[in-house]
Amino acid sequence: MLTEIFLNIKLEDFLEATYETFYMTILALIGTCILGLILGLLLYLTTKEGIWENKYINLIVAALVNIFRAIPFIILILLLFPFTEFLIGTIRGPNAALPALIIGSAPFYGRLVEIALKEVDKGVVEAAKSMGAKTSTIIFRVLIPESMPALVSGLTVTAIALIGYTAMAGVIGAGGLGNYAYYFGFQRRDFDVVFICTVIIVIIVFIFQFIGDFITNKMDKR
Amino acid sequence: MISIKGLSKIFTINKKNITAVDDLTLNIKEGEIFGVIGYSGAGKSTFVRLLNRLEEPTSGIVTIDNQEITTLNTKELRLARQEIGMIFQHFNLLWSRTVEDNIAFPLEIAGVPKTDRSKRVQELIDLVGLSGREKAYPSQLSGGQKQRVGIARALANNPKVLLCDEATSALDPETTNSILDLLMDINDKLGLTIILITHEMHVIRKICNQVAVMEEGKIVEQGQVLDVFTHPKKSVTKKFVEQVMGSSEADSEIANLINTYEEGKILRLHFLGETTNQALISQLAKRFDIELNILQGKITQTQAGGYGTLFIQTKGENEEIDQAVRFIQEETSVEVEVVRDAD
Repeated sequence: MLTEIFLNIKLEDFLEATYETFYMTILALIGTCILGLILGLLLYLTTKEGIWENKYINLIVAALVNIFRAIPFIILILLLFPFTEFLIGTIRGPNAALPALIIGSAPFYGRLVEIALKEVDKGVVEAAKSMGAKTSTIIFRVLIPESMPALVSGLTVTAIALIGYTAMAGVIGAGGLGNYAYYFGFQRRDFDVVFICTVIIVIIVFIFQFIGDFITNKMDKR
Repeated sequence: MISIKGLSKIFTINKKNITAVDDLTLNIKEGEIFGVIGYSGAGKSTFVRLLNRLEEPTSGIVTIDNQEITTLNTKELRLARQEIGMIFQHFNLLWSRTVEDNIAFPLEIAGVPKTDRSKRVQELIDLVGLSGREKAYPSQLSGGQKQRVGIARALANNPKVLLCDEATSALDPETTNSILDLLMDINDKLGLTIILITHEMHVIRKICNQVAVMEEGKIVEQGQVLDVFTHPKKSVTKKFVEQVMGSSEADSEIANLINTYEEGKILRLHFLGETTNQALISQLAKRFDIELNILQGKITQTQAGGYGTLFIQTKGENEEIDQAVRFIQEETSVEVEVVRDAD
């Protein structure tokens, strides 16, 4: 009966599209997490009265973050075509979407990281200093563990934005559910395909949100 | 042990210079509990942060155990800090770590191997009386227990000095007392020098040997706790002493006593340490054929003995009372004053 209602769905194509969406989201999320942490830490540490107080670095990082956050994602992909081609060798397929996905969402996550770090009790950092801790110890044993719940919930928010980005990237040839919905659904006027892709994307979003909330709650001992 | 010379800290806020600590010179002996008291804004918190350079001094020299702290480079300072414990008003524990992991943190920083670490952590947990709470998170502890973790953490690397920044100010009076007892115990057992910042005279009274009173970045009065208690010179100090003793007896109150108790002599006994333990009142009652009636008074304990005043009414033969007064004057260090003679 289902095949009668969704007669245009080819299970193989559909599964591949879902796999590509997961593939892009998870790889981009890993990249975003690393780059975002670096940006967020730089913003936090170089700020006024920070551990590495440096007006210029702070200004440069903040400017980069703001510029890349200001560019609409769809335009960012187009702007990054030469860079992507240089890096990946092609501008088509899931791998080619990764640079744009990471560069598009890392500044966003970087700001969330900065906010999370600012929430860490200054007194705890002071206590670590009074024990003779190195800056690296303060970063990895104090700042990151103490802000972990906020870092994870920030990553959840970013992951969901990323799923949306993958769909957009899909429309211009990156593959995944966005690609499938646009070419096989919208352009062929097969709206059952669009519908089922939407449902799957919503389910993926719910899964990410659920996992994120679960980890956040598990880690929060406050 | 600790010598501080010409220590100053000037903050520049909105292009205005604010002198938080003003040319401070001080010497603290080994094994002493040294209290610094002052109202908020007196610069005492800044002062204690200058000692381990959590705040960089504008000028001056700090020497701890023959090591000049103020000239150390970053790496040397880190090592020096491992030998200076510090506890805080708001405990500053890592909420993401259990009690034992919080206490192990300074050991990790000092690079102590894991097996030695857990042994040392267990010792410290026993020392501060937290056995059974090793796996608890700070959020599951009371304020007093959190400060115990803070103390254990500060002691982990066997420091020579313990800095206490308003360590009891966030605690209720009963918990404050138990934490002060713990600090005294540690001072006694480990011979640790303790520098304690507070705005509560009660804390000074209970555990300090020496006290310095701070006002506007300067030390305005300093000395043995009992001396400062008995002869406060500056008005700030007087106010702090009143915190513990209540305001000094007003003349009208004494006149009131004289009017109410018409018979016999009324004596004012002034206790200045040491001899308070010598059961003075019962000795008087046993040795002399007089009756004693305690009218009013307040005596409090400091590290050097009791301090306070007591008004007593004495009834009996004049001769006998005079002898009693002489006994107090000659045999004890209690000062006695006849407020009203027998008619």
